[in-house]
Amino acid sequence: MDKIIVGLKRVVDYNVRVQVRSDGSGVETDGVKMSINPFDEIALEEALRIREAGNANEVIAVSIGSADAQQQLRTGLAMGADRAILVAVDQDLDPLSVARVFQAIAAKENAGLVMLGKQAIDGDNSQVAQMLAALWDRPQATFASGVSIEGDTARVVREVDAGLETIEVDLPAVISVDLRLNEPRYVKLPDIMKAKKKPLDEIALSDLGVEAAPKVRELSYAPPAARQRGIMVDDVAGLVAALKDKGLV
Amino acid sequence: MARILIVAEHDGSDLNPSTAKCVSCAAAIDGAEIDVVVLAANVADIAAKAAEIAGIARVLTVERAENENAVAAILAPQVAALAGDYAYVFGPSTTFGRDLMPRVAALLGVNQVSDIMSVEGSHTFKRPIYAGNAIVTVEAPPDTVLIATVRVASWPTAAAGGSAPVEAASADTELPVHTRYIGLESAASDRPDLQTAATVVAGGRAFGSEENFQLLYALADTLGAGVGASRAAVDAGYCANDMQVGQTGKIIAPDLYIAIGISGAIQHLTGIKDAGTIVAINKDEEAPIFEVADIGLAGDLNSAVPELTNALSK
Repeated sequence: MDKIIVGLKRVVDYNVRVQVRSDGSGVETDGVKMSINPFDEIALEEALRIREAGNANEVIAVSIGSADAQQQLRTGLAMGADRAILVAVDQDLDPLSVARVFQAIAAKENAGLVMLGKQAIDGDNSQVAQMLAALWDRPQATFASGVSIEGDTARVVREVDAGLETIEVDLPAVISVDLRLNEPRYVKLPDIMKAKKKPLDEIALSDLGVEAAPKVRELSYAPPAARQRGIMVDDVAGLVAALKDKGLV
Repeated sequence: MARILIVAEHDGSDLNPSTAKCVSCAAAIDGAEIDVVVLAANVADIAAKAAEIAGIARVLTVERAENENAVAAILAPQVAALAGDYAYVFGPSTTFGRDLMPRVAALLGVNQVSDIMSVEGSHTFKRPIYAGNAIVTVEAPPDTVLIATVRVASWPTAAAGGSAPVEAASADTELPVHTRYIGLESAASDRPDLQTAATVVAGGRAFGSEENFQLLYALADTLGAGVGASRAAVDAGYCANDMQVGQTGKIIAPDLYIAIGISGAIQHLTGIKDAGTIVAINKDEEAPIFEVADIGLAGDLNSAVPELTNALSK
């Protein structure tokens, strides 16, 4: 195949303990560390490995968001993506609109594969890959923990509730990746320098002819109901007694 | 009246309990009239089981050879074809529903509400974001069909004892051939299903080895419990991937959850916060798991677990 498109979403870093703003208007993101969505990083790593194995010619990193998302795209370029596209929007796009953006880019670039994280760790929606596959009328292989390219097909192992499912899909296809697919590489300083010279194109949503979909509106935010710290017991006998007391054993 | 279609989850022969949990969620919508659709190669047994769920109006069946395995690209056009008669189409937030429902939504040109925790109004719901560290109230557009997944850990299993009529439905659509099911590798186990077990015991990295996980299995078998694990234990290779509990694994809500040698990372706590009673056994008294545990025991699992198994088997 020629090109693989990888989506990189800018999200609050995995290690940040997220706080809801006291007025319930959203989640505090001011001064918070932002990173590539960890699942997207795994998607990029897999795309790079496919290219390095000689099964693709070019890896294109795509992000949709504000100009700040250039940071994440530069990181993606430093990891090894060949070029990057920033679709500039000044508001959060809903998953269906995001899928439409990827569809437009996949068509324009004549992509052989689109690889995305199985979910973004901010909205936890887990929708875009499946929606893109539907709009594009192509196969989807979600929650991938193993990918092998065999000519015009991909064999994908999927992490499903019942175990590990294997499917075979014709390319082009959309793959959403799970945690255990690979361990993303570390970026080295010379790669960061090199990445500065790689092309990063910025395009507007309107340039792609994408119409925003009817949105699921977010009305208010609240912290989750907190669980109270309970009792400590001294030994196993105390534990058994406490369980019996609650009628649990 | 609000007509709601629920897509039944099954493994080809048995109905998954997630279906009855979706029914509970659907029933929370005012004026709900609930149909369940079974798409399978052999629908009879599954449909008969679905018909026993109390509170549903009809069971629809779509029997086609192509529906032998749950392949989203094949099921989605059939569900989308049936959606025209409904104001809502729900599926479970299991890997089955999470794979299928967004594809249905996109075919219908609408967004999806993922992981409904509670119903606040006809189109208003609560759902978790940021690994459950925030709960957002969302409102879906009222003038289009509403596609959603139901967070199964938030809902009780709808009662049995119903006898809904079973009707064959027609979903004559062209099905793609670009996706082929090859097979499923499942760690065969006679233990209760992790997602629906009343009691779950789970182990973390502190077990130190795959062999030492036997201590956990022995405790589970004494209690008749399902077995889970932290991401760290799965990554270390102590047990199968499908045992992972947490944000990116399974979200569970057993009556009793016993976390052993699990420190309690936020991503793990996300998967258990709806459990009835949480018990934690950990060597480290400062472990975050104790902040959410109803009963805590600071101690070495290598002695505590066999001792507990022994005490409970008497």
